[in-house]
Amino acid sequence: MKEKIKIASGQGFWGDLIEAPFWQVTEGAIDYLVMDYLAEVTMSILQKQKLKNPDLGYAKDLPVLIERILPICLAKKIKVITNGGGVNPYSCAKSIVETAKKNGISNFKVAVVSGDNILDDLDSIIEAGCNLNNMETGEPIIEHKEKLLSANVYFGAAPIVEALNSGADIVITGRTTDTGLTLAPMIYEFGWSMDDYDKMSAGTVAGHILECGAQSTGGNYLGNWKSVENFSRIGFPIAEAFPNGDVIITKHENLGGLVNIETVSEQLLYEIGNPAEYITPDCVADFSSIRLEELGNNRIRVFDVKGKIETPFYKVSCSYSSGYSSVGTLTYSWPEALSKARAADKILRERLSNLDLKFDEIRTEFVGYNSCHGPLSKEIDEDNINEIMLRIAVRSDDYKSVERFGREIAPLILTGPPSVTGFAGGRPRPSEVVAYWPALIPKELVTPKVEILGL
Amino acid sequence: MKIKLIDIAHGRSGDKGDAANVGIIAYDDAGYDIIKKHLTTERVKEHFKGICFGIIERYELPNLRALNFILNNTLGGGGTVSLKHDAQGKTLAAALLRMEIEV
Repeated sequence: MKEKIKIASGQGFWGDLIEAPFWQVTEGAIDYLVMDYLAEVTMSILQKQKLKNPDLGYAKDLPVLIERILPICLAKKIKVITNGGGVNPYSCAKSIVETAKKNGISNFKVAVVSGDNILDDLDSIIEAGCNLNNMETGEPIIEHKEKLLSANVYFGAAPIVEALNSGADIVITGRTTDTGLTLAPMIYEFGWSMDDYDKMSAGTVAGHILECGAQSTGGNYLGNWKSVENFSRIGFPIAEAFPNGDVIITKHENLGGLVNIETVSEQLLYEIGNPAEYITPDCVADFSSIRLEELGNNRIRVFDVKGKIETPFYKVSCSYSSGYSSVGTLTYSWPEALSKARAADKILRERLSNLDLKFDEIRTEFVGYNSCHGPLSKEIDEDNINEIMLRIAVRSDDYKSVERFGREIAPLILTGPPSVTGFAGGRPRPSEVVAYWPALIPKELVTPKVEILGL
Repeated sequence: MKIKLIDIAHGRSGDKGDAANVGIIAYDDAGYDIIKKHLTTERVKEHFKGICFGIIERYELPNLRALNFILNNTLGGGGTVSLKHDAQGKTLAAALLRMEIEV
């Protein structure tokens, strides 16, 4: 058994810093590169791409990245684990293998984890007595079934461990939890029993610290953010994991960023509910047990993590089509920028109400004044305001209403208050609103599938 | 004496469906005693009047000198449905740090 392994985060979401994974594999020694690509919205986008072309439905830049880093990873024996396979992990893996072959590389194994996509199995699941009720509203899914765009189960670390046990160098998964990507190599390397819930929780906490990339190494740090060095080459987090469950969070020395108790604590609190019950398919981790120790030199020890047995359910994330929305913006300059923007808003609303249009919501915000903190925003003397961006957004089930709204923005330039600009992008077009449906499913109703792709 | 919350604490916020989570972390133990005492659910609810329209849940994490608040019915329908500029509540931790506390 290894005395310690280094797991490096390379992406915190699909669209994250493209150079980060390259730096992780080149700027220092690591054993694993883990990359989280999936958010709730991402799955529906990928599902749409797959409908248009059955060979797509994964993070398209992932094979491009793998082509760039594969020779380095193989030379340095770095394994890659990522959920960038989206709704088509098999095609993603195939694309990786084919590109490698073309480049004369064939001495590696790619594993595919699938089985999470249940969109085509809903009837049999409902028949088996699981109504996939919305976790927030309690409503059964059946009424929205026709409008569903995607339905995916969140698998945990187990199928990734199975893939690593089969000798995989690269593991491409569909919807797995972000934390499972980091926990899996610890289970595999240290031979942890998956019934050891404190260890499962220790790895899960490390996964939570890594899952948003540089958000634990100085990115989006609300404390003394000016003390973060070299944002332009910010180091993404690395978890040095030990067999006893201790983890040291750090980054490559020669990259920028900041790892201290404050930056790590901020990430620990990010998007959590009840801290004593952080639920994953692998365990229920207790974030109120976590202890942190400052070791200096951008190193934080995370230890004493406690947890308990996992629940009998997997979480399911479904998305469904829910009407259309559109956002229009115009910028008004000094003098009386805010008054002009307010007047324009009033004029626009009057014009909309004179037309026979249907909106579920019309929302006005004044960027530069109150778009972030709403009623908490400080009153400002209007003479001190240089400019205001008027931002109006609408949502409706009726496509035509949303489309017509888009035609009412530009006319305000010649038919409303003066010194207005910022209309270079053309008419705002309606975009489809994709709503999110969280549910639970008994674990016995779904089975993860692990396969090794032949070269 | 009046103190600004931003002088004794930092934090991070994000979305959980239509709810926002706001984590507030004190810089030291004395600061934690202050936020633990003064950042009650009632006080936070009052602060977010016109922003949060649901129940506020409050959790203590003395191990991190932190409090975690769940602001239900806050994000205008949540992530993809919301028309808000800050649809994911990313700036709400800073919004809570605007608070001033009498100690």
